[in-house]
Amino acid sequence: MIEPFIIRAIISGIGVAIIAGAIGCFVVWRKMAYFGDSLAHSALLGVALGLVFGISTNIGTIIICSIFTITLIWLQQKKILATDTLLGILAHSALSVGMVTLSLLERSVDLHSYLFGDILAVSPIEIYFVLIGGFFVLIFLYLNWTSFVLMTIDEKLARAEGINILLNQLLIMLLMTIVVAVSFKVVGLLLITSLLIIPAASARQLAHSPEMMAVISSILAMLAVILGIYSSYYMDTPSGPSIVVASAIIFIMVSLFIFFVQKKSKV
Amino acid sequence: MSFLIQAEDLCVTRDNKNILENVFIDIKKKDFVTIVGPNGAGKSVLLECLIGSFLPDKGKITKNNNLSIGYIPQNFSPESTMPISVERFLTLKKKSSADELIGISKETNISGILEKNLSNLSGGELQKVLLARSLLNKPELLILDEPAQNLDIKNQLNFYNLVNRIYKNRDLSILMVSHDLHMVMSSTKKVICLYHHICCSGTPQIIAKDPEFISLFGKDMAKMMSIYQHTHDHAHNEAIND
Repeated sequence: MIEPFIIRAIISGIGVAIIAGAIGCFVVWRKMAYFGDSLAHSALLGVALGLVFGISTNIGTIIICSIFTITLIWLQQKKILATDTLLGILAHSALSVGMVTLSLLERSVDLHSYLFGDILAVSPIEIYFVLIGGFFVLIFLYLNWTSFVLMTIDEKLARAEGINILLNQLLIMLLMTIVVAVSFKVVGLLLITSLLIIPAASARQLAHSPEMMAVISSILAMLAVILGIYSSYYMDTPSGPSIVVASAIIFIMVSLFIFFVQKKSKV
Repeated sequence: MSFLIQAEDLCVTRDNKNILENVFIDIKKKDFVTIVGPNGAGKSVLLECLIGSFLPDKGKITKNNNLSIGYIPQNFSPESTMPISVERFLTLKKKSSADELIGISKETNISGILEKNLSNLSGGELQKVLLARSLLNKPELLILDEPAQNLDIKNQLNFYNLVNRIYKNRDLSILMVSHDLHMVMSSTKKVICLYHHICCSGTPQIIAKDPEFISLFGKDMAKMMSIYQHTHDHAHNEAIND
């Protein structure tokens, strides 16, 4: 008999893996890893907001991360400071305000579970967030897929063919926001970016088309999540780092596999 | 309407600098217009205004109903972390039949590289692929922004031969930014010399003698144009007789 919390962990883990794997491809292609990191850092402010006002921490995260994204795009348009500078200012300020707010709270907060994930403690309501958020992400990805891909290959060409670059860029960033908001319970805020980029980076070596890369990336992310849950349950390791270790091992195995296949085909 | 596209009184200002000043341009059926001008003269901005991806501050652009435009951007270098085959890239966001794809691949000599990854192509192959993509949906106007600037001489020659051939075989007009005037001399009907405003325009022969052209590009360029006109006189006449 599998216990209900394990089933919840598996459902939410697989849900997060599917969307993180697919969106992660755009993070790799569009070089948005630092943006993903910053988004996740600012999410701590969202968690604090959620706890202070007694709303769900997922909703608090979506609100704060969306404000973060829109502020970033607005500041980017001014072209006074470089994007990495802006990200550094926004992310670390939000992280610090979040930490200060959490420390002022009367009750004690398990900071560790927010930073490194606690997938075995996923509540039923959090599963709904994963499923609804995941559904949204997949629908938008499906509808805008060709625009996103063409824009990623070359912006000028995409603009010439009537694609609104700013709007689509904002859309990708907001989809990332949803991924961060629903997945911090699974991998933790500090490690979300790795779930976005490591499976996608592994898939890059195996895929011959953007669609294939997204599918392989999702499958590899699922594999990593399941291995992570397994080790978290049997060895009581923190879920986030366990999942990341699993995806790093998968990445190394895929790289070695490709290395030897290429070596063999050359001989 | 005798023109395919017409821009009147186009003005673009950025950071208090006039990029384009009262530019007038019109492209008619079967035109071959080449825009020349120094770096930062506003050539790319003008093209982007015409294809509608850049909004001018002032001026009016009139297009023929349902004008289909094919466009090749400047400095195309596809994102190398994305695995995508040439064939998939060609049909991305374009509706085309398999027959059309095969025909255009043959026309642009890329049939052999359709399975290749886009980021593994050489500069010459990449420009041919872009040209092929711009030919899908049967464009009436082809707009090319310095299409051969990163190619070596041999590839430049191949590419311009291809452009000339497409111009002769298809019912389309070409608007191109290029400094390789000698390569398109036989086809170009009109040269526009742009430096924020239109300095001068006319047939290559007239432009080469224009004092404004000589002051922008120097006597050597003008002389080179005359030499090429001379050596290509025969081909030039042939093109007109066709």
